[in-house]
Amino acid sequence: MTPEIIIPLLAATIQSGTPILYATLGEIITEKSGVLNLGVEGMMLCGAFGGFLVAMYTGNPLLGFLGGGLFGAMMGAIHGLVCLTFQGNQVVSGLALTILGTGLANYWGTPFVGQTAPGFAPFSFPLLGSLPGIGPIAFKHDALIYISYILPLAVWFVLRHTRFGLALRSVGEYPEAASAAGIHIKRYRWTGILTGGFLIGLGGAYLSLAYTHLWTNGITAGRGWIAVALVIFAFWKPGRAVFGAYLFGGVMAFQFRLQAMGTHIPSSLLMMLPYALTILVLVLSSLRGRHTQAPGALGVNIEPAD
Amino acid sequence: MRKIVLFLLGLALFCAGTNTAVAKDLKVGLVYIGHIGDAGWTYAHEMGRLAIAEMPGVTTSYVEAVAEGADSERVIQNMARKGYGLIFTTSFGYMDPTLKVAKRFPNVIFMHCSGFKTAKNVGNYFGRMYQARYLSGMVAGAMTTSNKIGYVAAFPIPEVIRGINAFTLGALAVNPKAQVNVVWTKTWYDPATEKEGGKSLLETGCDVITQHQDTPGVQEAAEEAGKYSIGYNSDMSRFAPKAHLTAPVWKWGPFYQTIVKAVQNGTWKTGAYWPGLESGIVDLAPFGPMVPKNVQDTVLAKKQEIAQGAFKVFAGPIKDQSGTVKILAGTVASDGELLGMDWFVQGVQGSTK
Repeated sequence: MTPEIIIPLLAATIQSGTPILYATLGEIITEKSGVLNLGVEGMMLCGAFGGFLVAMYTGNPLLGFLGGGLFGAMMGAIHGLVCLTFQGNQVVSGLALTILGTGLANYWGTPFVGQTAPGFAPFSFPLLGSLPGIGPIAFKHDALIYISYILPLAVWFVLRHTRFGLALRSVGEYPEAASAAGIHIKRYRWTGILTGGFLIGLGGAYLSLAYTHLWTNGITAGRGWIAVALVIFAFWKPGRAVFGAYLFGGVMAFQFRLQAMGTHIPSSLLMMLPYALTILVLVLSSLRGRHTQAPGALGVNIEPAD
Repeated sequence: MRKIVLFLLGLALFCAGTNTAVAKDLKVGLVYIGHIGDAGWTYAHEMGRLAIAEMPGVTTSYVEAVAEGADSERVIQNMARKGYGLIFTTSFGYMDPTLKVAKRFPNVIFMHCSGFKTAKNVGNYFGRMYQARYLSGMVAGAMTTSNKIGYVAAFPIPEVIRGINAFTLGALAVNPKAQVNVVWTKTWYDPATEKEGGKSLLETGCDVITQHQDTPGVQEAAEEAGKYSIGYNSDMSRFAPKAHLTAPVWKWGPFYQTIVKAVQNGTWKTGAYWPGLESGIVDLAPFGPMVPKNVQDTVLAKKQEIAQGAFKVFAGPIKDQSGTVKILAGTVASDGELLGMDWFVQGVQGSTK
């Protein structure tokens, strides 16, 4: 293991982890408001398609990226309509959202398969990019990765240290109490769903605008489900989400490089590792009694009292 | 009475005459695993469909993105019921559904791609892609300066392993120091993962990479790194204009036309069709401008030899990774051995698992 191998490996780790990180942060916000959303995979796909579409027509990757977020938020709005307005079952709605999102993205996207759109290219971050070691690992990426460095801090700060964050968490923990305190529950849950959907959409758009500059059907390839699992893995904490996302990204990058170096470890075994690790973490955390970390009212609909 | 007989005779002759002059009407259906715009496997079959669509008497249609298994059986059955006379099913997993439907529709002719089963009204077909892989391996072997070539591959099944082996033999033929490093993605279709596989190979010192995958993700990786790449399925140069050296490609058109003609004339026979370079079913995409003229000439000369049957790709002695002779000197691997190939030749770095 020489630096020539390790530095690109860590750089690839960050890149593989970034789309999952965006989606995981989005899902954390949604779940903190008490809404369980299993539609991440479908929302990411719509985001990936929306981002590609907008970038292709406007020629502006940044507009495309935001467009991807809007597509994600739009899908979130469907979830909100079902679960908040019509009090539908959150698990069923989320699963339906995955199927719907996959179908919609493939239906709209079929004519665009194999086309290319302008996307984000890596550039060396001023000053930081020339640092030895950390520079080539963390600061020779595209703009969206630099944004993803600040994002977890922002999410953590808003959730932990603002009135808004406190209200959002209280709606997820104990809606009755929040309601008694005069907090408009539905308004906060809507905010949680739409903001979360926006970030999930951004995660999808990262795949079609920066990771590759292509749109193909099913481009997310299960990353949305990994994000759902990572939220539990991270105990709903943005900081641990960073760790989890890079762990998944790292194992994927690492197993390829092990293969490329000609080792004879079966690749199926390596690919299984992060999932095995997730199960292990879940088991260990319940043994230590930390499974109560989930928001108290997660997945529970609230009667429209207000 | 005589007049009537003569009239009938004349009518019969007239009808017979029109029958031979006008090709029989035939509805041809194709079932695809992917999307026609994928620049890969399905796109190649779609080009084949366009080639038969212009034939007299032929109408065609296709269904894309059909999942293997129960879904495909429903789609194939629907086509058979709607009066299609010839149905091409173009993915390995359609094999058993095709045979099942064929039993219920004995008058419909089915052609299944890449499988190994046949029936009275089901033929199977594939192309000897490994011949074109050998040629693309020669290009890679000639163009590498690090002598390390990368291969991003989908699943360790005989079709893919055969391609890797042929590619490696081609590279070694022009460059005895060449070494082919393989990474498995365990997916046919995931551009981000495939690109990551390509990048990992470039980072470990490979300067030419190729793929047995259905998206151009690997091509992008080479283009961005300023290294060379070899595509697959179709000419992928538009995704990597500076990197794309050539690509082993599928050209189903002429083969599909032959089959359609045989069905129209009633001369179609069941069997396993496995043609190679001589039929044009597999070919090399045009060379990129960076491939020197002498390399192009050597490769094209070898292509001639293979097409004429003067050169066999898997002619012994060929050793596996451990050095055991797998194909004896003086013998050529049989089709059975090729179809079940599960070992790497010497020169491949990686595991067949």
